[in-house]
Amino acid sequence: MTSHCQSCFARVAAAAFALAVVATPSAVLAQVKIGSSLAVTGPASFLGDPEKRTLEMYVDEINKKGGVNGEKLELVIYDDGGNANKARTFATRLVEEDKVAVMIGGSTTGATMAMIPVFEEAGIPFISLAGGISIVEPVKKWVFKTPHTDRMACEKIFTDLKRRNLTNIAIISGTGAFGKSMRDQCVKVAPASGITIVHEETYGRGDSDMTPQLTNIKNKKGVQAVVNTGFGQGPAIVTRNYRQLAIEQPLYQSHGVASKQFIKLAGDAANGVRLPAAALLVADKLPDGDPQKPVVTAYTKKYQDKTGQPVSTFGGHAYDGLMIFVEAAERAKSFDPAKVRDEIEKTKNFVGTGGIVNKSPKDHLGLDQSAFRMLEIKDGDWTLVPESDS
Amino acid sequence: MSVRPLNERPLAKDMPALGDRAGSAWRTILGPLERYRLTPVIIIAVLIALAPLLFPSAYYYRVAALVYIFALAAIGLNLLMGYAGQVSLGHAGFMGIGAYAVAIGPVHLGVPGWLSLLAGAAISAIVAFVVGRPILRLKGHYLAVATLGFGLLLAIVFTNEAEWTGGPDGMSVPRLVLFGWSVRGSQTWYWVSGVCLVLGAALAFNLIASPAGRAMRAIHDSETAASVLGIDVARTKLMIFVISAIYASVAGSCLALFNGHITPDAADFLTSIELVAMVVLGGMGSIVGSLVGASVLVVLPQVLTVLHDYEHMVLGLVIMGVMIYLRSGIVPSIAMAFRGWRR
Repeated sequence: MTSHCQSCFARVAAAAFALAVVATPSAVLAQVKIGSSLAVTGPASFLGDPEKRTLEMYVDEINKKGGVNGEKLELVIYDDGGNANKARTFATRLVEEDKVAVMIGGSTTGATMAMIPVFEEAGIPFISLAGGISIVEPVKKWVFKTPHTDRMACEKIFTDLKRRNLTNIAIISGTGAFGKSMRDQCVKVAPASGITIVHEETYGRGDSDMTPQLTNIKNKKGVQAVVNTGFGQGPAIVTRNYRQLAIEQPLYQSHGVASKQFIKLAGDAANGVRLPAAALLVADKLPDGDPQKPVVTAYTKKYQDKTGQPVSTFGGHAYDGLMIFVEAAERAKSFDPAKVRDEIEKTKNFVGTGGIVNKSPKDHLGLDQSAFRMLEIKDGDWTLVPESDS
Repeated sequence: MSVRPLNERPLAKDMPALGDRAGSAWRTILGPLERYRLTPVIIIAVLIALAPLLFPSAYYYRVAALVYIFALAAIGLNLLMGYAGQVSLGHAGFMGIGAYAVAIGPVHLGVPGWLSLLAGAAISAIVAFVVGRPILRLKGHYLAVATLGFGLLLAIVFTNEAEWTGGPDGMSVPRLVLFGWSVRGSQTWYWVSGVCLVLGAALAFNLIASPAGRAMRAIHDSETAASVLGIDVARTKLMIFVISAIYASVAGSCLALFNGHITPDAADFLTSIELVAMVVLGGMGSIVGSLVGASVLVVLPQVLTVLHDYEHMVLGLVIMGVMIYLRSGIVPSIAMAFRGWRR
């Protein structure tokens, strides 16, 4: 009996390893590869899906126009589902197997942070599409990112509050990745912005009623405005409950809910809510002289024509990342990772969907507060809050 | 279901043909690890040693190292599920404890990595002991739900205690330093995780053939009969729960040290389910099956990326197919087929 089993163990184990060997797609040479690992499926697919579509769309377009530096681009995208461990494996695969020239991806901060060591060690430029500030602070030689940070959103909200002379605020935050991270950033920058946080409340990811937390805020003396950091359905419920309790102080939402979906979910309660958002979401509302207007309208049109879906800032981040790389490679006149990296770092006055990018050795993000526009919801639509009404 | 009758002890005359003296020395050194029980472990060790001959790049080392790490956790869970017949849908929680131990220990408390790994295993054991006492009184679906809740609870703790764990974005894990040697890189971790797996498998085989292991399998078949035979059912179940928690914890520590960054998704419900799937797919009650199950679930997604959008569909179909046609899991089903064919 023992001998049968020895052979079957051996066979099964051998089969397992044979499977591992099959796992290589044969490398196609003579094309420049752009690597990407995105959360195309899973809970963060709202990030990864538009990012993937955008990259595919624009790489196609660039190739039709003759490629970059006379060479065609090839896109290698893997789906990490937002899982940091899987992302790390794909990062290794992109470097070791696919031999990519650049990495544009990482939908979530966790996945990005897990992948950073791989690209730092290999010496390949890595342009992340995730929001967390820890990606570029402290500055890492090979790592860049395109999306604005939560801190900038907080500063934008606080600037607007100051303009309205509202300095004592309450924060109600979701405990998900986004809500938590933004709340921390807001707490951090509040003193420097002259804002005092007098009260804090939190709610869980699946909570369907925030009346108790909001009642606490309502009963708290001296609260002049309420800021809600959160993502998904939570903020819509907060907004509805806020109106049901007839709280009169102004309500600020985060850039995380800057989508038509939010207005739909919150209904009439959304009227009067202010929030910071990227120029991309209000492309048609921008004044004609706005430097970002041509870029964001062109991207919006192309994305919506091609996919039939409303545009999101996340796809825009992917557009910015790809274009920053393409322009850097053109300036470097090569795809040599070190040269491209140096040129990415020298990016100046790049007009992207996320803002005007000026990178430097000390700033691998390169955006300032102007990346955000303050919006107010009126009659179920966005309106721009004039920046100079002080 | 076990692959073969493991409780059959070979007679002295069946011992290795190394001459009597060598045979007895062999026995004295390895105690209960008789030769026949070690065979699969030796095969695993040889395969681990030879596999790199087929590896063209560090990526292969990484995938294989992940297979070994998840196999280690799956073996622990298999002891609980396949041998003792108790289910746990929260085992990733213990992986999380191990993973965050090696992150929090060095970063917040200044404890060296290797000591944090041991501390993580000890904490997992204590948590399993405390939680296991009430939880293991439950049976079937109730036990499943209780362990599920326990796992979710741990995942929530890792997500929310941001001062300690870095919250949903996770925290970075300092490199493991052993005797002044920094353990880093896929190749190094291939060998480290390989050694861990071989040790884990050897211990598991040893445990199964020990009196405690026989008690475990008796409980699997019938708790009433086992208690009639004088087996302390509650104690045996608790012991095996603690042991499987230690396996998961060590695997979690390895994963965190290998990746250098840990996020709460290492401890989440999906990871728990993945571990259960590895055990069931490979074969309940088969240690080698756990390695095969881990191989399939780690390697297959890498192979299927060529299918792009259909990747998850095909992965699901493969798993369904295996469960329909190889009902007892890959290894036991194939072993049975072989036995039938030889007869």
